[in-house]
Amino acid sequence: MAAPSGRVGVPAWIFVPAAAGAAFVLLPLAAIVLRTPWSRFLDLLVSPASVEALLLSLRTSGTSTLLCVLFGVPMALVLARTTFRGQGVLRSLVLLPLVLPPVVGGIALLYTFGRRGLLGETFEVLGIQVAFSTTAVVLAQTFVALPFLVVSLEGALRTAGQRYEVVAATLGARPTTVFRRVTLPLVLPGLVSGAVLAFARSLGEFGATITFAGSLQGVTRTLPLEIYLRRETDAQAAVALSLVLVVVAILVIGFARQGRSSL
Amino acid sequence: MRRTLSITTAALVLAAAVAGCGSGGSGDTGATDGAAAAAEETTLTVYAAASLTATFEQIGEEFEQAHAGVQVEFSFAGSSDLVAQIQEGAPADVFASADEANMEKLTADGLEGAEPVAFASNTLEIAVPPGNPAGVADLDDLAGDLNLVVCAPEVPCGAATRKVTESAGVELAPVSEEQSVTDVLAKVTTGEADAGLVYVTDVIGAGDEVEGIEFPEAAAAVNVYPIAPVADSANADLAQEFVDLVLAEGGQTVLRDAGFAPAP
Repeated sequence: MAAPSGRVGVPAWIFVPAAAGAAFVLLPLAAIVLRTPWSRFLDLLVSPASVEALLLSLRTSGTSTLLCVLFGVPMALVLARTTFRGQGVLRSLVLLPLVLPPVVGGIALLYTFGRRGLLGETFEVLGIQVAFSTTAVVLAQTFVALPFLVVSLEGALRTAGQRYEVVAATLGARPTTVFRRVTLPLVLPGLVSGAVLAFARSLGEFGATITFAGSLQGVTRTLPLEIYLRRETDAQAAVALSLVLVVVAILVIGFARQGRSSL
Repeated sequence: MRRTLSITTAALVLAAAVAGCGSGGSGDTGATDGAAAAAEETTLTVYAAASLTATFEQIGEEFEQAHAGVQVEFSFAGSSDLVAQIQEGAPADVFASADEANMEKLTADGLEGAEPVAFASNTLEIAVPPGNPAGVADLDDLAGDLNLVVCAPEVPCGAATRKVTESAGVELAPVSEEQSVTDVLAKVTTGEADAGLVYVTDVIGAGDEVEGIEFPEAAAAVNVYPIAPVADSANADLAQEFVDLVLAEGGQTVLRDAGFAPAP
């Protein structure tokens, strides 16, 4: 009589499109595994170009994740806990990189930090060159990844509500103490998954980087750029490196899930 | 009854969506929507190197004027991308490559409908932003302290760059090795780079946005463009006629105007 509680509200036919959708996502992953040249796999992985690209990717993605946390946490807090005129418009604009094609982001960054850009000339006078440097890669990654952290943290803040913060404040805690001792611990799972999302997005960044930062081994050529370039001469190597990125992505997602359930 | 209806509907929606996606980009001749059913339309699909965009669009218009009811559709991209797509079964009727190496990939798989023929050639030139801020005069100047951008050795323009610098004995230290010649050009037109190595045709195509500096060492790497009909094309005769037009005076004039040199 009683349907298993797990299936209430799930009509049987829904499994057909759900399975089709899952197959649509999983089949390409299987195709990469099937096409991977296993006999050359290790050689391809330890080639200097691959290693440098992977290390550069991890280093820049780590840095941009840090920047995302540094700026994204205050942004999320302001968006979730305050109201001011034009807040809705500001939120939409700040989250724009979520839906913007990355190459557009790259062009926008170029006209901001490039030599002839809005801020570029100031940097030029100070002797700082952003374009073609690793800094440019980090900027591109931060630009596209920041909204991911802001969105997930703002959601967590709204879900958590303000009850405990109000209690702490009535007990005499100052705003900074409330933020540090109550708010942050409360939304830590949201912050972790937001940071992991931002890291993953940084790792996959391609369009903004190639438009804004250029491509030079060890300096600006991250793993996605290396994969794209390698396809020109050695498609098998590109597949092998793609698999590396798939594995890293799976590890990142696994880490995010674990982080969420243990906290 | 109701349940089966829902499943059928879902399946139909999915099938329609997939079919819609399929006929969008491929330019498949099999797609017959209501509007096209009235007139007998044939689509000739030409895969051509990105550097041929302007010239081939012009040649395509000439071809359409000479062949009533024929529509020429182009897919412009890097030659190696295009070969990879054809090898995976993309519905191309004609393939025009920016170098011989990528055409050889096609012939190695036996995918050519006829022997490839060289139809144009291109050489490298130095491109600098208007006003030439770094004062570049020749190839040796590129080895100095400036923001130089070149193509990566993996792509045809980068292979040509390497050939030229090796034969001239010049050691370059670029700040970026780009994926394509258009990426190099963009870095120069935006002023990010002080100089870039691109093709003569790119400098002409960019108009006032860059200045071109010819250098004699460029003769060491002449890039030859071959064209061939693709095997098993549904429009083999039309494909051959398109190749013939590119080789004929009409096509050659268009190419010459854009800065391409004749095939060697």
